[in-house]
Amino acid sequence: MADREYEIPDDCQFTESDEWVRVDGTLVRVGITDYAQSELNDIVFVELPEAGRQLEKGDAFGVVESVKAVSDLLAPLTGEIAEVHGRLSEHPEWLNEDPYGRGWIIAINPEDLEAVDGLMSAVEYRAHVKARAGK
Amino acid sequence: MTESGAPLARTPLWSRHRDAGARLVPFAGWEMPVTYSSILDEHRAVRSSAGLFDVSHMGEIRLRGAGALELAQALFSNDVAGAELGRVRYGLLCLESGGAVDDVTLYRTGSSDVLFCVNASNIAADRDWMHEVRARTKSRCEIVDESEATALLAIQGPAALEIVAKLAPTGFVRPRLWHFADTKLGSLPVRLSRTGYTGEDGYEVFIDAARAGALWDLLRDAGGERLTPAGLGARDTLRTEAAYPLYGHELDREHDPIEAGLERFVAFGKGFTGEAALRARADAGPARRLIGLVLEGRQVARPGFKIASPFGDGIVTSGTYGPTVDRSIALGYAPARLRAGARLHVEIRGKLLPCEAVATPFYRRKRG
Repeated sequence: MADREYEIPDDCQFTESDEWVRVDGTLVRVGITDYAQSELNDIVFVELPEAGRQLEKGDAFGVVESVKAVSDLLAPLTGEIAEVHGRLSEHPEWLNEDPYGRGWIIAINPEDLEAVDGLMSAVEYRAHVKARAGK
Repeated sequence: MTESGAPLARTPLWSRHRDAGARLVPFAGWEMPVTYSSILDEHRAVRSSAGLFDVSHMGEIRLRGAGALELAQALFSNDVAGAELGRVRYGLLCLESGGAVDDVTLYRTGSSDVLFCVNASNIAADRDWMHEVRARTKSRCEIVDESEATALLAIQGPAALEIVAKLAPTGFVRPRLWHFADTKLGSLPVRLSRTGYTGEDGYEVFIDAARAGALWDLLRDAGGERLTPAGLGARDTLRTEAAYPLYGHELDREHDPIEAGLERFVAFGKGFTGEAALRARADAGPARRLIGLVLEGRQVARPGFKIASPFGDGIVTSGTYGPTVDRSIALGYAPARLRAGARLHVEIRGKLLPCEAVATPFYRRKRG
């Protein structure tokens, strides 16, 4: 296991399945964490959902594929998909290069914006990553 | 991966991989580096400059003494007698049914001495099979498993020959393709084999396990920026582009070399185990054949995915994004009537995605 510090920004909340969310006005932007992209290694394909789709928390809304692995993307919150980052189809490598920036995947219009607080904080997520990396 | 949770074996280079930050994963009972940073970067380094691989998990089994050549001839699908000393040949060990026990390289090391380099996952099975054929043929040669005492490094890519030449003794004549030479790199005795599994020129270097670390360091120093440590992830994408079979994927005891498109490594008429079955298979024409697929999108066709064709279904055996060809590529078994150019589908997570049957390899290096 590579001994590296994963980037875990303080202004995001996190899921156990390694998605991040960041509140952006009335929407929440969603992507995969630095840890997730590092575990997957080079990402070569992203299957994106359609805007307007209704998601329940935990629903699979897309797929990322790397050279070695496939991973479902799981909805961190209940709500409607307001925006889809369509350019990722042409640039899946953005998920590796800039997971919290250019690598954002969708924006959700959440049913309950306060549900964000129920997700893990950066401190909690760091512990979650450490627990698995130590195995 | 490993049987019944047995502890994973480590190559003599394990601590170097760990120190270099490699991601270490179980492979065929070994804890091996899958990548040091990026599979794609390591792949591209091998195609454009050179990569250094630890493949010490592979096995080495020697046949020695009176009858060694005859036993090799009885085991190996390719010709042994016609291979001169210093020659390396690729071929298969087949069951009577023609099914593959393993795919291996044979080294013509002496007048009554041959060395097989075999897949890590098959060392025990190969040894057992060699003993069985030895008993059947009443051979009296020795079968010596040298796997533990032997390390194997591969240096592959367009810069590989030059890097190695810097370390070779004065007057060194590099072996031709598919030949080997016993020589020294620095002060280290090695067997330098002009072979590989990446589709690039380069060497596979056999060395005593105790000296493997010194050789790794020596090659890295000589290669500097031009030589990138590369893991099994890149090894797999490189060999897939070159359409080299991987045992357990394209080959196993249920698939024979005729179906796998490896006829050129089957020397009919020289006598070997499985020859009659392969002859019959070749004459009748196999019902299924290994084909290459190029997908339209970038989704990856993984082993076990269904290939749907007008002539019937097939199955994907290997698939990856091919970094050099920049396409999603796959190998798989499909009805033999299919021809290159046929439009097919691969079923990926319930969806049928279009692909085309193509002639392999997907990538062929330009020879200088």
